[in-house]
Amino acid sequence: MAAAQELTPNQYISHHLTNLTASIGDGPFWTLHVDTLVTAAIVGILGMGFIWWVVKDATSGVPSKRQAFVELAIEFIDDQVKGIFHGNRHSFVAPAALTVFVWVLLMNAMDFLPVDIMALFYEHVLGLHNWRSVPTADVNTTFALALSVWGLMIFYGIKVKGLGGWIHELFCAPFGKNPLLWPANLLFNLIEYVSKPLSHSLRLYGNMYAGEIIFLLLGMWAATGLAGTVFGAILGAGWAIFHILIVVLQAFIFMMLTVVYLSMAHESH
Amino acid sequence: MNINFTLFSQAIAFGIFIWFTVRFVWPFMIRAIEARQKEIADGLAAAERGKHELELAGKRAAEVLREAKHQAQEIMAQAEKRAAVMVDEAKASAKTEGERLVVAAKAEIDQEVNRARENLRLQVAALAVAGAEKILRREVDAKAHADILSSIQAQL
Repeated sequence: MAAAQELTPNQYISHHLTNLTASIGDGPFWTLHVDTLVTAAIVGILGMGFIWWVVKDATSGVPSKRQAFVELAIEFIDDQVKGIFHGNRHSFVAPAALTVFVWVLLMNAMDFLPVDIMALFYEHVLGLHNWRSVPTADVNTTFALALSVWGLMIFYGIKVKGLGGWIHELFCAPFGKNPLLWPANLLFNLIEYVSKPLSHSLRLYGNMYAGEIIFLLLGMWAATGLAGTVFGAILGAGWAIFHILIVVLQAFIFMMLTVVYLSMAHESH
Repeated sequence: MNINFTLFSQAIAFGIFIWFTVRFVWPFMIRAIEARQKEIADGLAAAERGKHELELAGKRAAEVLREAKHQAQEIMAQAEKRAAVMVDEAKASAKTEGERLVVAAKAEIDQEVNRARENLRLQVAALAVAGAEKILRREVDAKAHADILSSIQAQL
């Protein structure tokens, strides 16, 4: 437990799910989740920085193991994008997909850090009482990513088809050009435009949030004594192993959806 | 689920990361990867070409070898023929030489015989003259009959 005093399970969990906030204006909206921002920035800078560090002296000859590893990741992404996106993927879509994959993967991977030990570290080394390690378990992060992709989607839709073409598509796809069908088309498209970012962001958020809560629930076994601690440790290890799959899979799904949405925006109906 | 300004900050961070990747990461890596892919493709093509050339060279070598063997056989046959001819020639020349030698030897022998006969005749003549001399010494004056004696000697 992070704090020395007696805690109810409810307090324990809500303690771990409280963000470190900083207010930057009046009203509840003008607050920042400092932990989310800082963790996301650190893992993002570390991840992209590592790749940049490897890439900046990349050789086309025999690659070092480090370069081969980065190449593996990049070629994996490039292959995925190649299968979905039929345009000049190198100018934007593929690197964006790489960014999404690496960043989301690293943010998700913060979930592997043991919650209570990290809480001790944050509290006693850094002097931070509340600090959530997993940025993607914060709905702000997933919405930020999904809405950015959504914005790019609309940007590329208009850029590729022109404003007229984009509006035309809003009214005339997918059912047909008949004016009687315009309302149905528009409704369909609006639902699509709303549901895309929602499903995109909430899928990731829900998975990571649920994962975090299960870790917390398993952590509470430790409060019931030695047997509970052992049992909790075994279950925690099991869940962590399973969580490796979830972390990678969710990052992959998020990346794939980003690519799919962006490539749909490039295609005319 | 409290939405707040974190969303915008994260979106900005996201934008910066994407820009960074687009600008500094992706092009370099893809360039390196594509260059290597091209190199590998070229290498494979070169290997293929090399293999083909090797095959051709092998064929050519076999051809040359066969020709060389053929030539060698020809040369050997010629040499054998030549040797036979030479042996025949040698035999012939030896035979003629032998014949010549025999003829020469015969001639020499004849000469030798003639010379011996001549010698013998001279000696017989001298002997006859000596015998006659002894007989005649008693009754003939050598001085008086010298011309007769020398004429007999010359006739013998």
